[in-house]
Amino acid sequence: MDHQANIIELKHIKKQFSDNGFVAVSDFNLSVKRGEFVTFLGPSGCGKTTTLRMIAGFEIPTEGEILLNGKDITKLPPHKRPINTVFQRYALFPHMNVYENIAFGLKQKKMDKDIITKKVKKVLELVDLEGFERRGVNTLSGGQQQRVAIARALVNEPEILLLDEPLGALDLKMRKEMQLELKAMHDELGITFIYVTHDQEEALTMSDKIVVMSEGRIQQVGTPEDIYNEPATVFVADFIGDSNIFNGIMTGERKARFCGAEFDCVDEFDEGTHITAVVRPEDVLFTEPSLGRIRGVVTSVIFKGIHYEITVESGKNEIVVQTVHAAKVGDRVGMNVDPDNIHLMVAEDNTNFFPATINPDYKLEYNDKILDVDLTKIIRGSSLSEEGRLMDSNGDEIDRRRTKILASISPQNITMTDDIREGMVDGYISNLIYKGDHYSYVIHTDLEQDFVVDDEYLWNMDDHVGLIMPVDKMSFSVKR
Amino acid sequence: MRRYSFSRKQLAIPYAVYLLCFVVAPLFVLMFYAFTNASGQFTFKNLTMFFTDPNTLGTLFYSLGIAFVTTLCCLLLAYPTAYILAHSQLKNKSVMLMVFIMPMWINFSLRITALKEILSLLEGNLAYHPFLNAIIGMTYDFLPFMILPIYNTIVKLDPSLAEASRDLGANEFQSFLKITLPLSLPGIISGVAMVFLPAMTNYVVLDMLYNSTYIMGSLIGSYFAAYNWHGGSMIALILLAIICIFTIFTNGFGSQDENRGGVLL
Repeated sequence: MDHQANIIELKHIKKQFSDNGFVAVSDFNLSVKRGEFVTFLGPSGCGKTTTLRMIAGFEIPTEGEILLNGKDITKLPPHKRPINTVFQRYALFPHMNVYENIAFGLKQKKMDKDIITKKVKKVLELVDLEGFERRGVNTLSGGQQQRVAIARALVNEPEILLLDEPLGALDLKMRKEMQLELKAMHDELGITFIYVTHDQEEALTMSDKIVVMSEGRIQQVGTPEDIYNEPATVFVADFIGDSNIFNGIMTGERKARFCGAEFDCVDEFDEGTHITAVVRPEDVLFTEPSLGRIRGVVTSVIFKGIHYEITVESGKNEIVVQTVHAAKVGDRVGMNVDPDNIHLMVAEDNTNFFPATINPDYKLEYNDKILDVDLTKIIRGSSLSEEGRLMDSNGDEIDRRRTKILASISPQNITMTDDIREGMVDGYISNLIYKGDHYSYVIHTDLEQDFVVDDEYLWNMDDHVGLIMPVDKMSFSVKR
Repeated sequence: MRRYSFSRKQLAIPYAVYLLCFVVAPLFVLMFYAFTNASGQFTFKNLTMFFTDPNTLGTLFYSLGIAFVTTLCCLLLAYPTAYILAHSQLKNKSVMLMVFIMPMWINFSLRITALKEILSLLEGNLAYHPFLNAIIGMTYDFLPFMILPIYNTIVKLDPSLAEASRDLGANEFQSFLKITLPLSLPGIISGVAMVFLPAMTNYVVLDMLYNSTYIMGSLIGSYFAAYNWHGGSMIALILLAIICIFTIFTNGFGSQDENRGGVLL
């Protein structure tokens, strides 16, 4: 590839911390074009900040190399890189005033004093802080400190500006303003921005390119539209925006079965492939019950200003719908989805996803059976109060009806049994494929939910089986 | 059942009483003695005597010299120690710190006696190097008081500040000089205050080392030993004034920084 277009390239980067052996980033490959606004997006602990610190030079990768304009800078110390950082909590020097803070980098370069003064004045204009030169940094508001931090980095005219969750400490209104200002600054200066955030909306608003990360790996790289409209993995679909996620199977050419019905779709996979279907809530269309492919009963209606968020129960599947039309709890409705709006992906190791609910005793429940897990371990920062209610980290009660928990279990961990009562759910074998050393079964349950089960023994089509699912083999993710 | 609640003022009473009995009252007694003669009449003679007697003035300057060198030695030893300790990757930093603090818990006279034995072993006769021994004894005694405040300031510094300076083009040494050192100044000032002033007066260390060096503390001691309460009080009062001036001066330095980190323990 030509290195003119790519300002920075990360090749097979791996970072393992020596003190605890934790692998923060693995097999990270990315190239960034000159002038791009790239965002690393992911939940905390996904390795996005570590990657940024490796670009800045504060961490040295365990494996792989970083190329800047085609030159290897993997082991170059930070002060020799033409890259500047805006730190999470600004890291302004408290013993210096605004001018001294901004001039720090220029003074290091032994620049002429008149030029420094001119440059500082110019960059202060850029961030809207004219005349603040003599102010102490501790007398500034959070937003002003933020601007000084940006000015301090920009005044060095870096080739790449790194921003590590720079807006995290600001209030919502300020944050929205700064998002737009940063975007405008980027357009004006033409400098490459690499931005780290866990806020998907922030990423969608500002970026040219989003890198979604989870557990140290890249999940998807693409434009905001790509990421939102064509999520590559279940994680991306789940993390960006609201999604309905279903397990399913390809039943014919451009035909998929999920959520208890057959749908036309645009993605092509071989018949019998296990798929995960993602449908955005705004893409579900209401219709007469008789005309809908899926039928269900409205269980909750929440007014959100521009739209209603309506939850419909169909069998045991829960479908979240965003629509401008109101509905009443208890209404029977039909639903359709445009083929264009069904996003199919090959199920990663066929993991089964199913929605669990929290019962009034604050126990996790699926199919009226209690899943014996500690809820406080699933919902981060939560705890049980003395009255047995579930509280979040702020001490507010968690609304159990509004908290959705998506449980997942891989096919190897489910066992089938003839004793229907022994299983957590029961259903009929609707599909089986021999996979070389085991059979892969699809169990169609009465809950309008299909489970994929791996088993080395042969069962027959249409056998009625119970599914034993050990709770300790499940993993859970929380959606509010 | 009645619940008792105290207002802030009421809660301050015990401290106010303590302050009155043990700080304000003795200060007045000290001032009374300093400005009276043996027959109890008001006089400035004690004051003029201090500034005209070459013996007292000489002792004052000599004490300042001893205190200055002691403080410098403590600082030179304590800063690198505190810096390395604060930046070490050790899981049990506090245990390492304890190693330096522990001597403070051992009985003072035991420590100094041990030091005396070591020094006599090395030097043969302690009388040969009075100045050197005075410095060694004082530095040994006061070192923890310098390490602690500096360590506490450095350990509280946001590591991203040093990173930011390196990001902006400073190498590690420049980053230390321009960021870490100035920001640890409150700790240094605290440490200096805790070493410099006692070093001027703590003659017990010298006594126990059979040291002939004569400092301000020794001077006051000799006045009191001769039942000259008035002259001794005046010297104590003058020392107090020096301390006050010193404190105001150093506070002026520290107050620029809201983050006063020089707290002991």
